[in-house]
Amino acid sequence: MKDLTCKLLIIGAGPGGYVAAIRAGQLGIDTVIVEGQYNGGTCLNVGCIPSKAIIHAADEFEKANHFAGDSEIGIKAAKPEIDLSKTVAWKDKIVNRLTTGVGGLLKKNKVRSISGWASFVDGKTVDVANGEGTHRVRAENIIIATGSVPVELPFMPFGDNVISSTDALALSAPPKTMAIVGAGYIGLELGIAFAKMGTKVTVVEALDKILPLYDKEMTRPVEKKLKALGVEIVLGAKAKGADKAGLKIETKDGDAKTIKAEKILVTVGRAPKTEDWGRENLVLDMSGRFIKIDDQCKTSMRGIYAIGDVTGEPMLAHRAMAQGEMVAEIIAGENRHWDKRAIAAVCFTDPEIVSVGLSADEAKAEGFDIISQNFPFTANGRAMTMEAEDGFIRVVARKDNHLVLGVQAVGGGVAELSAAFALAIEMGATLEDITGTIHAHPTQSEAFHEASLRALGHALHI
Amino acid sequence: MGEHVIKLPDVGEGVAEAELVEWMVEIGANVREDEVLAAVMTDKATVEIPSPVEGKIIWRGGTIGDVLSVGSPLIKLEVDGDGNVKPGTEPVAEAPKKTAPEKETKPEQKPDAKPSVPKDEQKPEPKTNRAAPVSNVPRNEGEKPVASPAVRKRAAEAGLDLRRVPGTGPAGRISHQDLDAFVAADGAGGMATGSAYRRDTSVKEVPVIGLRRKIAEKMSIAKSRIPHITYVEEVDVTALETLRAELNASRKDDRPKLTILPFLMRAMVKAISEQPHLNSIFDDEAGVIHQYGGCHIGVAAQTPNGLMVPVVRHAEARDIWGCAEEVARLSDAAREGKCARDELSGSTITITSLGAMGGIVTTPVINHPEVAIIGVNKMQTLPRWNGSEFLPRKMMNLSSSFDHRVVDGWDAAVFVQRIRALLENPAMIFIEN
Repeated sequence: MKDLTCKLLIIGAGPGGYVAAIRAGQLGIDTVIVEGQYNGGTCLNVGCIPSKAIIHAADEFEKANHFAGDSEIGIKAAKPEIDLSKTVAWKDKIVNRLTTGVGGLLKKNKVRSISGWASFVDGKTVDVANGEGTHRVRAENIIIATGSVPVELPFMPFGDNVISSTDALALSAPPKTMAIVGAGYIGLELGIAFAKMGTKVTVVEALDKILPLYDKEMTRPVEKKLKALGVEIVLGAKAKGADKAGLKIETKDGDAKTIKAEKILVTVGRAPKTEDWGRENLVLDMSGRFIKIDDQCKTSMRGIYAIGDVTGEPMLAHRAMAQGEMVAEIIAGENRHWDKRAIAAVCFTDPEIVSVGLSADEAKAEGFDIISQNFPFTANGRAMTMEAEDGFIRVVARKDNHLVLGVQAVGGGVAELSAAFALAIEMGATLEDITGTIHAHPTQSEAFHEASLRALGHALHI
Repeated sequence: MGEHVIKLPDVGEGVAEAELVEWMVEIGANVREDEVLAAVMTDKATVEIPSPVEGKIIWRGGTIGDVLSVGSPLIKLEVDGDGNVKPGTEPVAEAPKKTAPEKETKPEQKPDAKPSVPKDEQKPEPKTNRAAPVSNVPRNEGEKPVASPAVRKRAAEAGLDLRRVPGTGPAGRISHQDLDAFVAADGAGGMATGSAYRRDTSVKEVPVIGLRRKIAEKMSIAKSRIPHITYVEEVDVTALETLRAELNASRKDDRPKLTILPFLMRAMVKAISEQPHLNSIFDDEAGVIHQYGGCHIGVAAQTPNGLMVPVVRHAEARDIWGCAEEVARLSDAAREGKCARDELSGSTITITSLGAMGGIVTTPVINHPEVAIIGVNKMQTLPRWNGSEFLPRKMMNLSSSFDHRVVDGWDAAVFVQRIRALLENPAMIFIEN
């Protein structure tokens, strides 16, 4: 057994943990980071990055299919084929590059990395076990950044033909049929990708709408695309179990039914990883299933911080990163509090969905008197030239002083516009600030300008 | 509409450049004729630059702390009529120089405006384009303050609660300027914001400009070039104090109240007549000591703007009352910032005194390139042994520094002992040699 002491110990090298470690290193804090599985966590290995790689491949394949034979824009191509095992190998190469990069960044910032699984002995001591033995690490400060895991349905655990999102990203060939339980963003992102690769996809959702976090107006373009791809959506239905034939469900009307499926993908959400790291040896207050934190990511125990998915919604990598950076600075003695105005949420469905700040309904629920207007991409030149006319950009602003409270967008490639939306809200922009900024022509961003103009009552191009 | 360029005028004999110490006008502001635009500082005199025309400010030739050459464009105004700039012949603005340029640069053109130094005129309030904070309660209960992340970070570092800061931007947005104004107003009404024991992690950058920069430069020259020797001796001023009290009690109304300074000055004049090399300017580059016949005694004075050293010229030609009058006149002028350039230069030896704050010992820094400085410490009544008993005596220390390159310790001691002897037997001060 080897003993180690440090000023800061970080448990988990996901996006929250490794960013905290880099920032702590920059600030000259003696830092140790423990990771049991892989640097970069869910995000780099089995989440954000690999799923985007597969989605990109599926998009390219769909495009090629679109050109098979003849197309309106004049491109003719032969019928394409996809070798998914090769796609997965390409994706693995990207993942490998990124995770190696994280390792390099940690080293460059003089962060000591230990691989192994961490377990708290007490509030200042953690044992790290790996194949070779156990390290005991004593630290003044500890950051819990253990992340989250896909939720398993007890009556149909992962295994055989029931797969998690992680498994779905490693399939060697697109299945002929796939049933997806849960029409949240993970289920739909993957469902759309597989549908584009030729899989017959059926999505089962217990609620009566897809993407329950977004309003009807925003999900409509996605519904339209799902229909075009032949994806069947079964709303208000409950998954009951799985067998060789497929997924057994109970429909809205109470009928039992089996959906034929080669693979059953369960994407019913993610759960914070609050077990298997010795939480029982601590006295941490919880907030539901999450670890309770204050606006400095401090837990109920002195010197113990928690960041990322283990601390609550929204479970997003960029939230964890911002928390990690903040906590490192707090430990370095700086005066920091969580004062972010907005965390952009992006769905890489087709078309993409972005939401930053408050939606119209949320703003009303908070008691704001608002104006809200959208601008459709059907009136945007650039969208037309990209065959991406579905969707719109919508702004929500206070009626009294025109402060922008939220921006939502649906459309091809709108994820990249999230930066402009988030910047507007963090800077405290008013509608006049947006309309007073020249937006380059021809770009989709003009729709942001126009939506703001429209909210002020003088849109130019509609 | 025309453009009128105001160039930095010739602000003093042989002055080739001046440091910008204050802008009184913002870009976009309308100014009347004779309204003060900016203040510049040369050596130690501050000169205000008035506008010769009426117009609107459209350009400013530098930021506070920049050193501008005489004749370089200072400000541009939009004026009715043609202005003084023909389109297409706009002079190329000389870049403000951060470092001291060569002294030899002659102004190329005659300035447009005659410099005038308004003595009694009240400085106009600096104009800003900032609206005054409207109310004491910036926003409704529970409403988040609107501010950019940079502003929020600054506030956090200063331990300020942004909810209490009024914002003047659209939608009540708090700008950096609003934060500055809030800090300047000491937290708007001084209401307590939570606990008094908050951590303050702010670091404020205070530019060293103007007089402060001059002092800094002079002090480092003095300390880096002159090996100081400091000599401290105590002086029994009981007799002097008795005399001073009597003179003050019986003085005519038109005569100033005597402090200890005029006596010290006269004692120095006498001591210098025996050791004239202590009343010198040492040009160490040329290797020459300029030994002065006249005693020009600098008197270091604390002013609201910082340390200044007005000079009592030809102390050897002034009697005790003359010295007192001149000290009183100069210290008033220095406090009000009205000293003329030649009243702040040309000393050959200096006195430094902090009065009641004088402590028991100081280590005065020589007023370079002089060779001696006499420091006056506080006066206090102390028991002193006269050979048979302890008597209460008024004691005062003199802490004096000398340039050890040209003044030996022996000479320094002789000089201070001579002054001491004169102050302890004040009648000797008035006896002609």
